[in-house]
Amino acid sequence: MEKTEESRSIRTDVSGMIVKGFGYLFISLFALCCLLPFLLVLGTSFTSESSIKKHGFNIWPREFSTFAYKIVFENPDLIIGSYIVTLGITIVGTVVGLFIVAMTGYALQRPDFGYRNSISFFIYFTTLFSGGLVPFYLLMTQYLSLRDNYLAVLLPGLLSPFLIIMMKSFVRSIPHAITESAKIDGAGDFTIFLKLILPMTTPALATIGLFIALGYWNEWYNSMLFLSPDMKYRPLQLFLYKVVTSAEYVRNSAAASNVELRDVPLESMKMATAVVATGPVIFFYPFVQRYFIKGITVGAVKG
Amino acid sequence: METTMVEREPQKKLQRMDGGKLRRFWNNKTLLLMCVPAIVSFFIFAYLPMPGLYLAFINYNYSDGIFKSPFVAFENFRFLVINGDLWRLSFNTVAYNLVFIVLGNVLQIFVAILLNEIRRKWFKKITQTLMFLPHFISAVLIGLIAYNILSYDYGLLNGILQSFGMEPVKTYSDPKIWPFIIVLTYLWQSTGYGSIIYFAAIMGLDNEIIEASEIDGANAFQRILYIVLPWLKPTFIILMLFSLGGILKGNFGLFFNLVGANNTALYPTTDIIETYVFRALMTNFNFSIGSAVSLYQSVFGFFVVLSANWLVKKTSPENSLF
Repeated sequence: MEKTEESRSIRTDVSGMIVKGFGYLFISLFALCCLLPFLLVLGTSFTSESSIKKHGFNIWPREFSTFAYKIVFENPDLIIGSYIVTLGITIVGTVVGLFIVAMTGYALQRPDFGYRNSISFFIYFTTLFSGGLVPFYLLMTQYLSLRDNYLAVLLPGLLSPFLIIMMKSFVRSIPHAITESAKIDGAGDFTIFLKLILPMTTPALATIGLFIALGYWNEWYNSMLFLSPDMKYRPLQLFLYKVVTSAEYVRNSAAASNVELRDVPLESMKMATAVVATGPVIFFYPFVQRYFIKGITVGAVKG
Repeated sequence: METTMVEREPQKKLQRMDGGKLRRFWNNKTLLLMCVPAIVSFFIFAYLPMPGLYLAFINYNYSDGIFKSPFVAFENFRFLVINGDLWRLSFNTVAYNLVFIVLGNVLQIFVAILLNEIRRKWFKKITQTLMFLPHFISAVLIGLIAYNILSYDYGLLNGILQSFGMEPVKTYSDPKIWPFIIVLTYLWQSTGYGSIIYFAAIMGLDNEIIEASEIDGANAFQRILYIVLPWLKPTFIILMLFSLGGILKGNFGLFFNLVGANNTALYPTTDIIETYVFRALMTNFNFSIGSAVSLYQSVFGFFVVLSANWLVKKTSPENSLF
């Protein structure tokens, strides 16, 4: 990569300059399109409600106001509770899920594991055929009684065939000879996995862990299906979903903080909640992005 | 001699298999144990619901439960065909997915090639970070962003239209413009992320080939057209076939959050299999109809995967799924 950069920058022909110029232009515009909607949400959250009613949503607030945030944080109990629930589910789910994914991925790529193919098929088949939503819902609510239980969000999100396959292809790059020599030294399979393989797969663990963590942080579907509105503390995204979709909900939480009904900043409160619910991920994400790129790249190259 | 062979052979095999099976189990016990959590988890959350598809063949009612509700065989499917739901859902789901696959891949390749042409590292880093951003937010936020732009009263789009003296559009009641909105949102969300795969593939291209072509006088367009694009063809085919397998699977989060749960006006152009099943469960409580659609989706999808896999096997056997 480095080498071509030099050798190509020496010979600049017209066509190369056209392509380059167009590249800078197009990529800039596209990147801007990816950013602007976020600024729109951010800007609107700081705009006074009267300005929104008059001028509509804008990226730059015409009348700056932090009123929406004041109301969101007036009753910090709800939002803090949501944060704790989401954080808890994310941390527990990521740690447990990552461990199981790594363990399964390692076992399934061992060439000397006799049941490798049948178990792989058992897992892979779930991506081909599924019972669908209704039987899943009945199973969760009637047979496992997981309604209004955080486990209903935690458990189904632990594993995915995709991540196990990804782990498998990662571990495959570690020579099998390491496992074999450890075996000769008398180490058991589980010890080999724990002491030898896990430390060597840190980049893979980071990538897959991030996938799982992000999945939990953004989770709203199972929350919506299985956690009823009566629950006081709900995962952040469900909290956001309620705020976005029901004006009733916003009025209630505003009433709880003694705001007159006509003064409720309906629109800016939606945006403020979105900023609060998304914020940490966005700040965190530029730092972790390179792991994702690495993960996708390796997954793509190795299949 | 022949008879003894025939008689002896199965006996020997049987013995070997019995001893071998046990030994195999014993030798693999730790690795097997390591797979148990995953096996249990997939068994419960993926396999246990499968027999529940029996719901598709009964007229389920809550009081009788699954086993006492009347068996109606294919009545639910007949109903779905006659009222046209099945056709509409299939058409929408497949059409959206085809457009997603084709336009998505084309745009991803396009972006990957342009990224490859760009030399400034800081520019590449910043733009990649920005293009990645939409992929990492929740579907709920995407719905809110769409509302931010499309809302009739306050939306940015109508604000812009009005500042140019044009009529505001009633986005949320006009089914005709929704295919564009949904496809654009999909492209917005997936391009940055998807282009990484192609970008990585381009990185694998041998520099000497490109240098040789430049010595031979190829310009940038020719280089892209005759070297880079053909180089990406296998990746493109594999990715396309992979996504073909999911052609009956919708992008529930995207559709549900963009359109909203009860916007009946938009159903003709926005209703896909999964939003329909969701409504059957949560709004209409018609469990049997919901299951019938799911079963149709699974079976049909299964055959699409098989055909896709057959196609891969023909084009590049080493990449086939099974």
